Amino acid sequence: MSVLLNVEDLKTQFRIEQGLVKAVDGVSFYIDEEEIVGMVGESGCGKSVTQMSVLQLIPRPPGEIVSGRVIFEGRDLLGFKPNSPEMLSIRGGKIAMIFQEPMTSLNPVLSIAQQLTEMPKLHLNMETSAAREQAVELLRMVSIPDAERRIDDYPHQFSGGMRQRVMIAMALSCNPRILIADEPTTALDVTTQAQLLDLMKDMVARFRASLVMVTHNLGIVARYAQRIYVMYAGRIVESGTTQEIFAAPRHPYTIGLLACVPRLDQKAGRKLVPIVGTPPNLIDMPPTCAFLPRCPYHIETCKREPWPELRRIAGRQYVSCYVDTGSA
Amino acid sequence: MAELETPLFGFRETLPRTKEFRRIVRVFLSRKIVVFGLIVILALILTAVFAPVIAPYDPYDQNLYDVLRKPSSKYFLGTDAVGRDTLSRIIYGSRTSLMIGVVALGIAASIGLAMGLIAGYFGGLAYAFIMRLTDALMCFPMILLALVVAAILGSGLKNVMLAVGVALIPAYCRLLCGLVLSVKENDYILAGRAMGASNLRIMFLHVLPNCFPPLIVLMTMQVGMAILAEAGLSFLGIGIEQPTAAWGSMVSDGYQYLLTHPILSFAPGLTIMIVVFAFNMVGDGLRDALDPKLRGTI
Repeated sequence: MSVLLNVEDLKTQFRIEQGLVKAVDGVSFYIDEEEIVGMVGESGCGKSVTQMSVLQLIPRPPGEIVSGRVIFEGRDLLGFKPNSPEMLSIRGGKIAMIFQEPMTSLNPVLSIAQQLTEMPKLHLNMETSAAREQAVELLRMVSIPDAERRIDDYPHQFSGGMRQRVMIAMALSCNPRILIADEPTTALDVTTQAQLLDLMKDMVARFRASLVMVTHNLGIVARYAQRIYVMYAGRIVESGTTQEIFAAPRHPYTIGLLACVPRLDQKAGRKLVPIVGTPPNLIDMPPTCAFLPRCPYHIETCKREPWPELRRIAGRQYVSCYVDTGSA
Repeated sequence: MAELETPLFGFRETLPRTKEFRRIVRVFLSRKIVVFGLIVILALILTAVFAPVIAPYDPYDQNLYDVLRKPSSKYFLGTDAVGRDTLSRIIYGSRTSLMIGVVALGIAASIGLAMGLIAGYFGGLAYAFIMRLTDALMCFPMILLALVVAAILGSGLKNVMLAVGVALIPAYCRLLCGLVLSVKENDYILAGRAMGASNLRIMFLHVLPNCFPPLIVLMTMQVGMAILAEAGLSFLGIGIEQPTAAWGSMVSDGYQYLLTHPILSFAPGLTIMIVVFAFNMVGDGLRDALDPKLRGTI
């Protein structure tokens, strides 16, 4: 498999009244062809901003991408202006994105047909009739019953789960190479979540696209992702295949995350272990490891040295920590 | 999996778009005063279109044998100082008023909406520049602004329309700018951008249509305002030139005879009042019908 998207040392900052927020502080990751990648972290750790930066959707001001490279199909996307024709054709055409809130992600005054045909007409120069046929076909694929009739309905006539299906159909309507799903199921109830995730997995497989799942839900990535990036305070602290990370988490944060998830294979009555403390304020971060105040494993080195670089542990697993938690 | 979200039987039949439209119409027509306003507006439009058929006399025909007549069966609302039939002049005046209302509104809406859309969507410098310009325009009372424009360009129908139009720009600009600021924060705007839609496309396809309901309300109310402004300007003598029939200038002409022949001023004055009132009531009704917050309460 070859690398489809390679992001190197991405830094995105927001300048607000209280100071400079380093939302993404030197993130590097890659996505292979037809791969499902999970990006995990708690609220405000920069996982969404990372994805928005890839597509240059950061509102500016106050946001700014200060450095980094986003290599896609041999070109650095950050070399293009946010509203340049190149970026416009990549957004939706090559890299599509789905957002968290299905209830508000569709324009209430346009019919589903209008919204589903907009992108193919725009990116693929499709005729209206052909685009409509394709849209009906897509709605069938995402299991919208009675697609031919429902395509002329308006978003308020659809439930949350159905709207997210429509969003998936819309995102895939131009046959993109990468689908970025930013917490696609957070706003839905659990039974709908599972259906949608299965659907998304099937759909990207059918379209031979890659999928990036941005989520705070470890259960989702465990089941669907092949590789995982764990983010904390604007940086990637651990990465590896799903097996590697779930079998032997190495970063104290990952260990903490896994300890506070209930598991079916554990004894009843076992208490869940929360991660003490709160995530750091991203303004005026200390030079040392941001997880240090919450870290039960920390050693003297952690207090003196700057945030550690990612180092390889084994296989495809990388961790940014001075402590060898594996032997602890 | 496919069948899980199939709607309940029969549920679909009640859902189509027409239901929403019917609800709006029902709420709109639920108040008698709104229906009254609607009838007045329709009557006004019909009168303006069929003025030559309805008017009993030529409004410009001076009959010096019949000056300052009291209302009678021959002259329903009497005649003015040069023997012109008041009723006919009011009927023809509806053309002037309606034209001013519509054209001034067109000018104000097209310029004001473009300004508001740009200011709200792009923010930053564009916002600062356009909104300061609007603030400056808003500093002047509308009549004063129209007076200045009329003073620069001279009187006459075209200039009155332009003057009133310019004076109404800030209202649109402000309203739309505010609406755009809130609409553009919606997720579907971000989703649209993530789908590769250009700024222009997002502005006109996604932002503007979501701002329509309050705009329709404002426009309806502004027709009344424009008619009132024209009447005011004509009354002050910088509006419509003689002998064109216009309500404002009729009030102005008649008030020299206020003590002896009050009907000369009262009749056109009352007409202005009723028409403006009608537009305001219809605007009110539209607001109630289109406001999603009131959905289900009426």
